[in-house]
Formats: sequence, structure tokens, C-alpha cells
Amino acid sequence: MSNIPSDLKYTKSHEWVRVSGDTATVGITDHAQHELTDIVFVELPDVGRKVKAGEACAVVESVKTASDIYSPVSGEILEANRLVVDDPALVNSEPHDSGWFYKIKLSHPAELNALLSPEDYKKQIGG
Amino acid sequence: MLKRTPLFTAHQKLGGKLVEFGGWEMPVQYTSITDEHLAVRQAAGIFDISHMGEVTVSGSGAAAFLNSILTNDIRKLAPGEGQYTLMGNERGGVIDDLYAYRLSGEVFFLVINASRIEPDVAWLQAQAAKFSSELKLTDASHNYAAVAVQGPRVREFIETCIPGESSSAMRVGRVTELKKNEIAGFHFEHGSMLVSRTGYTGEDGFEIVGSDEAIRHVWDALLAAGQPFGIKPCGLGARDTLRTEVCYPLYGHELDEQTTPIEAGLGFFVAFDKGEFNGRSILAEQKAKGVKKKLIAFKMTGKSAPPRPHYPIWVNGANAGVVTSGTQSPSLGIGIGMGYVPAELAKPDTKIEIEIRGKRFAAVVVSKPIYKKPSP
Repeated sequence: MSNIPSDLKYTKSHEWVRVSGDTATVGITDHAQHELTDIVFVELPDVGRKVKAGEACAVVESVKTASDIYSPVSGEILEANRLVVDDPALVNSEPHDSGWFYKIKLSHPAELNALLSPEDYKKQIGG
Repeated sequence: MLKRTPLFTAHQKLGGKLVEFGGWEMPVQYTSITDEHLAVRQAAGIFDISHMGEVTVSGSGAAAFLNSILTNDIRKLAPGEGQYTLMGNERGGVIDDLYAYRLSGEVFFLVINASRIEPDVAWLQAQAAKFSSELKLTDASHNYAAVAVQGPRVREFIETCIPGESSSAMRVGRVTELKKNEIAGFHFEHGSMLVSRTGYTGEDGFEIVGSDEAIRHVWDALLAAGQPFGIKPCGLGARDTLRTEVCYPLYGHELDEQTTPIEAGLGFFVAFDKGEFNGRSILAEQKAKGVKKKLIAFKMTGKSAPPRPHYPIWVNGANAGVVTSGTQSPSLGIGIGMGYVPAELAKPDTKIEIEIRGKRFAAVVVSKPIYKKPSP
């Protein structure tokens, strides 16, 4: 049973978003880390890069496969989480907390309305 | 419709994550590839290998026939012994790599790759048609299921699941008396099984072939008996990382019909002194004059994403080849892999680079196997 915090928004491709003013923090969901298991490498976007919603901008690798991470929202990367680069297993152990991927300055805050609610995400993953 | 092994329900109950592999629905992992991998290195693991193919070859000409189509020398096998060998075409390319066992005088048992059953059987039949002696060739793949139980502690509990003395092939008083590459038949209440001391992990272990019912029973029995020893059910993910660490080739990755055993570094399994066999002249020439491409093993030397199949290999700033197998090594905690490069670049300690998503990362050619078991 996956943990789906109620204060986050979600994407169909298993990213989560935590909004604070005009910035958002992005990571991958507990369900995603559970499906991937054994995360051994994380590649994050450079600070200052401008990304569009739906754009592949990070990579997470398990022993078996490499998976693209798609930005849930458009904007400019403000910060990338060095902790998960140095210790990728954090994504497995704390996917919604210290396992976050990057912070982004929202350029189109209205995009947030298109994201999934915790209830919708729960339905999507069959939880 | 994907094929399912007789252990399909067992995989579901154990929470196995099922994926398509060579037309089969197989578990890629149960809990974690790393945990399953380390269980096999340190204790024990059990794998469903029912998708593998089995062919029996018998008749007065069986040994001579097999020696004309396989690279290793089948005459070296006494009843109850097996060998790794390759089946090649006239150009020296590999049709499949397999295990050949002599069960008795002129009765042989071949264990072949799941993805190669159809081309192998077609090739064997075509070759047999050209062969004059008496020969019986049977694709028994549908009759058999199989498991591999692997790891240093397997010998401590396997006897409780496969008790008593053998009844065919190698005669032993107990299953643990089998030596590496030996095979024996055992009877038990759910049928009979062929048990060989072989595997695809670099660890001590056994492979067990039998009827669906026998294999379902032995799977449950081994999981139960192995529990105090730390046995884990293991999927194809761990099977792949284990074999990559010890540089066992996988057909379709290191081996194909355009690649020879000499290029793949498998010359040890080519017996030039046994007489004529398919591809012999090309293989002999390669052995004498050298090969153009050669299979290397490598380790990443700095922090990088794991290498993966098809990533380009660079040497001295030039594109030199391609990765055939690559993964994060659970035992070593670094990226490892294999690939083909021009022979002059294949020496251990050669500095190479692996291109990962457009960037190049440092690696070094190492001697095989990449993972060497710590001496006890």
C-alpha cells in the first residue's frame, strides 16, 4: 500500500508536486520508488534551466532500468537536491521528504489545476 | 498470449513482478534485484528456469553427430557428465550456447536458451538430415519445467528436498556428491528429476529439470528447507546481474550468428583436435591469426549512471564499439559491463569511456570475471 500524502499534487507519470507560493518542489511518488526499487543513480536538471510541463528533465535509474522524470509544471529550476545525487537510496527511503528532486519557479501556475489530487492519483495506481 | 510456467501461481503468491521475456511471463524480481542478488552471493536463491529448452539426442550416431555441430568435444563426457558448448554455423557464428550432458552411452541431453528453441531445433533437424547414422532427436522443451537453486549454502539443505541415491546418469549416494557439471536422475514420490551441479550465477548450485508437478513440488520444498539458510526467490533481474558480474555471455547480447566463440573469448570451449565441425576452419584461422573484435569486461572508474546495452564505447576519443551487457553491480556497488571493441583495445587496464545520454564517462577494461569470489 503506497503512501500518498494529502498535501501534494500528482501526475499520471508518478511525480509529486509540493507548492509554496510561486515555487514548487518536485519528486517521485512512493508508488514509483516501490515499482523501481533499488534506485542507484539520479540525474537532475541544472539550476537555471527552463523546463516545460511534460518535458523529460531528470533521470532515475534502478539496477534494471533508466526512467525519465517529466516536469509536472513549467518554470525555471531554482535548486537541485544534491542529497539524492550523492545517496540515491534516499529516493527509496524518503520519496516525499529528503528524497525530493528539484525546486522550480512556476511560470504558469495555472498548470497546477491540471494535476491529479491525492484521491485521483490513488485511483490511478489502483490503491 | 504469453506462455506461463507451472510456477506462475507460485510467483504471484510470492509477489513476483511479472514481465515478458522471450514470449514468457516471468518474474523479473520479487522484492529487490539487489537483495535477491546478494542472497545468492551470500546464502541461497531459487530461480524459475522453466522457459529454458531441452532437446534429447540419441542413437548410435549421437556422439559423432553432436561433435560435428558443437564446438566442444563431446567424447570427453563420461555418462553423467556435462559441458558448456556452442552450436555454430558454417561461418563460425553462434546459433546458441548450451549445456550438453551425456546421460548414458549414446543418450545426450541438451539445455538450450528459451529464445532460441525454434531456430535451434530447426538447425538440429536440418543438420541431422545430412547425417547418415541412426539418430533420434526430440524437442522435449514442453515436457519439462526447471528451477535453479544457487548459492554457497544450498549444499546444506538440498539433500532434504532431493533425498537418497541417484537412479540414472552419474551414480551418487547423495545429491551433494555430484561434482561441478555432473548430472544425475533422482526418483521421488512426485516423479523423477534430472539434477546437475551447474548454474548461471558464479556460485555453487544445482539446476533441476522435471515434470511440471515435480518442479512445483521441489520449488516449494526448496523454499521451505532453505528458509533457515536465508533462501530468497529470485527473478530474471538478479539472474542477469549475477551472470554479468561473472561475465557469462547471454545469447542476443554477447552472442549472435555474426559473432564467433573466439571473438567472445570462449576459445576454451572450442576443441580443434576433435576433427571436423561446423565453422572449424574459420575459428582455427581466427585463433591462429587473431580476431578483429573482442569481447571485453569493464568497470566504471568514477561516479556515473550504470552502463546499459547499446551504449557506445569510446577509446582515445574515437567510437570503438558498443556495450552488450551493463548494469550496476550489486556486489561491487559500481557500474560494470561487457562489450565488443577492436582486439588491439581489449587489453586489461586499457582506459575507455562509456557514452551515457550524450556524455562520456571513464571506465577501464578488466580481466574476466569482473566479480571474483573472495577466497574463504
